[in-house]
Amino acid sequence: MIPANFNYHKASSVSEAIALSQELGEEAKYMSGGHSLLPMMKLRFATPEHIIDISKIDGLSYIKEEGDMLKIGALTTQTEMEHNALLKEKYPILGDAIWLTADPSVRNVGTIGGNIAHGDAANDQPALMLAMRATVVAEGADGTKSIPIDDFFHGFYMTALEPSDVLVEIQIPKAKKGSGGAYHKVERKVGDYATAGVAVYVELDVDGVCQEIGIGLTNVSAVPMRLERGEALLRGQKITDELISEVGQVASEDCEPESDLRGSEAYKRSIVNTITKRMLNKALERARQ
Amino acid sequence: MAKHTITMTINGESVSAEVDSRLLLVHFIRENLDLTGTHIGCDTSNCGACTILLDGKSIKSCTYLAVRADGAAITTIEGLAAEGTNHPLQQAFHDQHGLHCGFCTPGMILRSVDLLKNNPNPTEEEIRWGISGNLCRCTGYNNIVKSVQQAAKEMQNQSESV
Repeated sequence: MIPANFNYHKASSVSEAIALSQELGEEAKYMSGGHSLLPMMKLRFATPEHIIDISKIDGLSYIKEEGDMLKIGALTTQTEMEHNALLKEKYPILGDAIWLTADPSVRNVGTIGGNIAHGDAANDQPALMLAMRATVVAEGADGTKSIPIDDFFHGFYMTALEPSDVLVEIQIPKAKKGSGGAYHKVERKVGDYATAGVAVYVELDVDGVCQEIGIGLTNVSAVPMRLERGEALLRGQKITDELISEVGQVASEDCEPESDLRGSEAYKRSIVNTITKRMLNKALERARQ
Repeated sequence: MAKHTITMTINGESVSAEVDSRLLLVHFIRENLDLTGTHIGCDTSNCGACTILLDGKSIKSCTYLAVRADGAAITTIEGLAAEGTNHPLQQAFHDQHGLHCGFCTPGMILRSVDLLKNNPNPTEEEIRWGISGNLCRCTGYNNIVKSVQQAAKEMQNQSESV
């Protein structure tokens, strides 16, 4: 399988990428790792006339804490995140997800920015970003913009990014004492999209009361989904086993899965219930460490 | 459609060519360079038969544009044996019967090179996860795991004796 004809352009800076995109118009697409876009092009689900390669831009691959934020450069590969000491120590939820994302050779190329900018509810990072209340930083023709994750995903493959915007950085509130997160997805085999996945991020105060909670769901809705009703049940509460069961039930009711080769709608709702409970327990365990 | 001039190092030798934007790296390697040890299996980045090393990292060359490899250093299975001596992974696959039909073997070996570079002493589970993007339909994987274990031991002995 080979993609339909297109013209390849390499950008060596963000400003050059934006200028190219403006010059080439809406039939141009950015490519970072390309492991979502290129398969779609080979299947002719996507037929862009121009590809602007942003993967060679210097300075967009980093992981650092700065001020109140964890900042991850958009071109950081999944492998770089997997082996990063800071993420291993303080943000194990990211490791949970990366371990289950595609396979090692794909992770050598796939980037965090691409995983999010693709705007696919079947990708793993969107649910994590919802749970951790990330902010997406993009540069475009009219300057730099910060987009809260709740305003980022607009629809199937649709995001708040304008065609010439380049996603440059992900910002995540720095892990506090008493915080913890966890992610799991059920997949039929390595490299498959999730049958269903759940990301949980929780912050407890010294008395064990839930100060902040984020729950994001993978591949059970057209748009990456926040479990608002579940979060509201937990915020300000001491989280008990009864509450966890209730939130699992709410998750199974509020998600919007469709029956497909990965399972029936009922099966997926049941999976979401179970993983939500397990990830709440795992996140709480990490928060209490 | 525009052609692009690309230059890269393949197995230590510099090559230049004019390629279309849409040419995939695996086709460039097999058809332009006649290096047919890199196989095409699923064509959808699932099976890993097309795995090569690009700047030392394993990638699936069916899902990588040739033009993007401009300036890169590539190793295929043909370039792994130094001066006619099998690489420890090649020798281990031979010794441990780590292959039957051989179709997955080049990809499996190159993936294992990257695995052992990052984790010189992997557990069995780490090996199984490490090669999880490379499918074998013959062996049932057990002898492949043994091969990687033998190579890991051998490579550690080599590095200690240097």
